[in-house]
Amino acid sequence: MSNTALKKVEITERDPKVRNKDFKEVVLGYTEEEAKQEAKRCLQCKHRPCVQGCPVNVKIPDFIKLVSEGDFEGAYEKIKETNSLPAVCGRVCPQESQCESRCVRGIKGESVGIGRLERFVADWHMKNVEEKPSEIKLNGKKVAIVGSGPAGLSCAGDLAKKGYEVTIFEAFHTAGGVLMYGIPEFRLPKKIVQKEIENLKAIGVKVETNMVIGKVFSIEELFEQGFDAVFIGSGAGLPSFMKIPGENLNGVYTANEFLTRINLMKAYKFPETDTPIKVGKKVAVIGGGNVAMDAARSAKRLGAEEVFIIYRRSEEEMPARLEEVHHAKEEGIIFKILHNPTQILGENGWVKAIECVKMELGEPDASGRRRPIPIKGSEESLEIDTVIIAIGQSPNPLIKSTTKNLKTHDWGGIIIDEQTGATSIPGVYAGGDAVTGAATVILAMGAGKTAAKSIDEYLIR
Amino acid sequence: MYKIIKKRVLNPSVKSMEVYAPAIAKKAEPGQFIILRVHEKGERIPLTISDFNRDKGTVTITFQEVGKTTKLLGRLEEGEEILDFVGPLGKASELEGYKKVAVIGGGLGTAIAYPQAKKLHNLGAEVHSIVGFRNKDLIIYEEELNQVSDKVFITTDDGSNGHKGFVSDVLQQLIEEGNKYDLVIAIGPLIMMKVVSELTKKYGIKTIVSMNTIMIDGTGMCGGCRVTVGGEIKFACVDGPDFDGHLVDFDEAMRRGAMYKEEEAYSDHICKIGLGGN
Ligand SMILES: Cc1cc2nc3c(=O)[nH]c(=O)nc-3n(C[C@H](O)[C@H](O)[C@H](O)COP(=O)(O)OP(=O)(O)OC[C@H]3O[C@@H](n4cnc5c(N)ncnc54)[C@H](O)[C@@H]3O)c2cc1C
Ligand SMILES: Cc1cc2nc3c(=O)[nH]c(=O)nc-3n(C[C@H](O)[C@H](O)[C@H](O)COP(=O)(O)OP(=O)(O)OC[C@H]3O[C@@H](n4cnc5c(N)ncnc54)[C@H](O)[C@@H]3O)c2cc1C
Ligand code: SF4
Ligand code: SF4
Ligand code: FES
Ligand SMILES: [Mg+2]
Repeated sequence: MSNTALKKVEITERDPKVRNKDFKEVVLGYTEEEAKQEAKRCLQCKHRPCVQGCPVNVKIPDFIKLVSEGDFEGAYEKIKETNSLPAVCGRVCPQESQCESRCVRGIKGESVGIGRLERFVADWHMKNVEEKPSEIKLNGKKVAIVGSGPAGLSCAGDLAKKGYEVTIFEAFHTAGGVLMYGIPEFRLPKKIVQKEIENLKAIGVKVETNMVIGKVFSIEELFEQGFDAVFIGSGAGLPSFMKIPGENLNGVYTANEFLTRINLMKAYKFPETDTPIKVGKKVAVIGGGNVAMDAARSAKRLGAEEVFIIYRRSEEEMPARLEEVHHAKEEGIIFKILHNPTQILGENGWVKAIECVKMELGEPDASGRRRPIPIKGSEESLEIDTVIIAIGQSPNPLIKSTTKNLKTHDWGGIIIDEQTGATSIPGVYAGGDAVTGAATVILAMGAGKTAAKSIDEYLIR
Repeated sequence: MYKIIKKRVLNPSVKSMEVYAPAIAKKAEPGQFIILRVHEKGERIPLTISDFNRDKGTVTITFQEVGKTTKLLGRLEEGEEILDFVGPLGKASELEGYKKVAVIGGGLGTAIAYPQAKKLHNLGAEVHSIVGFRNKDLIIYEEELNQVSDKVFITTDDGSNGHKGFVSDVLQQLIEEGNKYDLVIAIGPLIMMKVVSELTKKYGIKTIVSMNTIMIDGTGMCGGCRVTVGGEIKFACVDGPDFDGHLVDFDEAMRRGAMYKEEEAYSDHICKIGLGGN
């Protein structure tokens, strides 16, 4: 009994006019029945194109088949074979450019809702199955993990299951990386991330927060303390600026600061919490990625009357997940595409307006996207009181600058052997945004797994 | 959790705590700071490492109760614990190779300047400490400074002790009298550091100031602590907190430091009437 509908089974989402005033989750997920219905849209293709589209090759047709049969726990096990964070990936993967982009059902109609099904399965498991930590025999070797984002978490999990004594060192007071401080609650509830971390602790992973590696201990000192290998998953936290006049005015935030105040420090509950934030009435967010969408939607939720996304290319080139762009629009975010800021204007030291020049698209550039070119004389200014810069992040130089012999690219990314994740220092591995620059959760997670495998091979050798 | 081993009340609004944090104590250098959080809903605030003891594994912080977080911290007693305590952050001050240094502290800044004076003294430099307070009841770190300085000059705004007037007046006088400083370190309110820097610029004396910008992470990831130094954006938490006083844009720093004045006052008020405290 296959389901021949051209569209995905609809998923329940909260009313845009209600949800844009709070931080509760926007998408509510499938019911068991809805999940089974959607699973039945899968054709179980022999050549499995969808699997190729997934960076960690989740066994998509296999888990979907189990869902259609109602064996949700079986489906969970199947996904977990290659993906350690399905509840997260199901929610935040850019499915439209990965797994779902290759789905045969997408040729005519909508692709199978692979991400939605993955999320359903993971949520079902969390709700219904008590995690039983299996007995793990320790092998006597110790591994240190720097950073607790998806790269560090997945590397830690795989190594712990193999019997390594694993310690994660995290700079912040809470583990989880961008999943905690960057991606907002309404898109990824923090309790899901914390549950994943609890599960790791249950299999023996130690999490030491408030530890800035490079400051409190160097990588070298970790070896002196008895660690046999180190994985660096320190992410890409260094915010970029536009280098235009007015960036230091009061009221100009980097997205990192804005989102950290909100997500990690819970400034949206001020004054119940102690960390303040200033949102203002009219907010301009610069950029077109997930970070920009998250900042804009957060600003709206904090009471801004008008929130603008200012992006220099056209909507087609926006790197954000399709779903986020769609949700942002539903929530009333105003898109000013083909606009590029030229200066931020102030009054008494505070932001007053932003001046933008209109852009047109020229020939494709190195990234394959059409190059935006300013239209001379088209400058216009927009009255606003807050600016959030979300034009990208690069790896934080702190570890590089405190680790002798660690080779990095000019732009800061750690140089590794693609196959193994090995850095220029024996026993030191790296992966995730620290290596690639700002990328995706699933790529970071995959890199953590690759490194875990290599570390195991390196240490049992 | 980080245990408070010892607590001292230095003046009505300044307290000092020795905190057990052996890993930080082992690495700490003068000029560096920690970031702490007092309770689960608390904010992250930076405080300078005003002393450390590697053998005992302790780090001393000295703070002025100016708002909600410092007041909540001040309520903690010996034996109680601070929730989060991370460091040592920032760059250590570069203090090698100087012969004669004037260390200037304004109010609470005196406690922050003390470890620098101590290190300079240990490195063999002649140290003149010039510290200023609003009145004599607020004087802190006098004894400690005496031990590590060749001369100590105390000023009070009202003349209730020592010289009446500002630290910059004393510094100018000392320079005019022929003291040849090869370095001036100024730590205190932004306006004081600005005035001192303007003065030393005239005499061409290298001057280091410590920028107390608003911070969150303290690792170079939010950019909230940015200051303009010589026309470039710098992050006080990783590139500083020490900067060349002749290059810092103090006016911008003062403006940015006041960004949350309203919210801070509100938070403090809520805390006082007992709604938001922990
Ligand atoms: C706002 C936002 C929204 C995003 N949305 C999406 C999305 O929808 N889908 C998607 O796939 N991707 C998204 N991304 C990207 C994704 O989150 C990242 O690619 C991913 O988190 C990278 O994982 P990581 O483990 O490499 O690093 P991170 O998640 O950045 O974690 C690194 C951790 O290391 C810690 N650390 C850094 N330096 C040190 C040190 N010296 N010592 C100790 N600890 C240290 C950091 O504090 C941090 O906790 C988003 C990113 C942001 C910022
Ligand atoms: C590197 C550095 C070292 C410092 N060392 C010391 C020290 O040794 N002793 C000491 O008493 N103070 C020190 N400060 C200042 C101290 O951090 C602030 O006094 C404290 O954050 C005030 O918090 P509050 O909630 O009590 O007061 P609030 O009423 O919230 O703030 C009072 C003022 O403190 C500043 N401030 C507020 N929040 C922050 C923040 N998150 N980070 C930095 N400044 C903030 C603002 O200018 C604000 O107007 C230092 C600051 C920096 C950046
Ligand atoms: S991990 Fe991401 S890309 Fe892979 S199947 Fe799941 S949602 Fe698709
Ligand atoms: S391509 Fe689509 S229809 Fe085919 S197996 Fe994969 S998910 Fe199912
Ligand atoms: S405090 Fe965030 S970058 Fe300095
Ligand atoms: Mg405060």
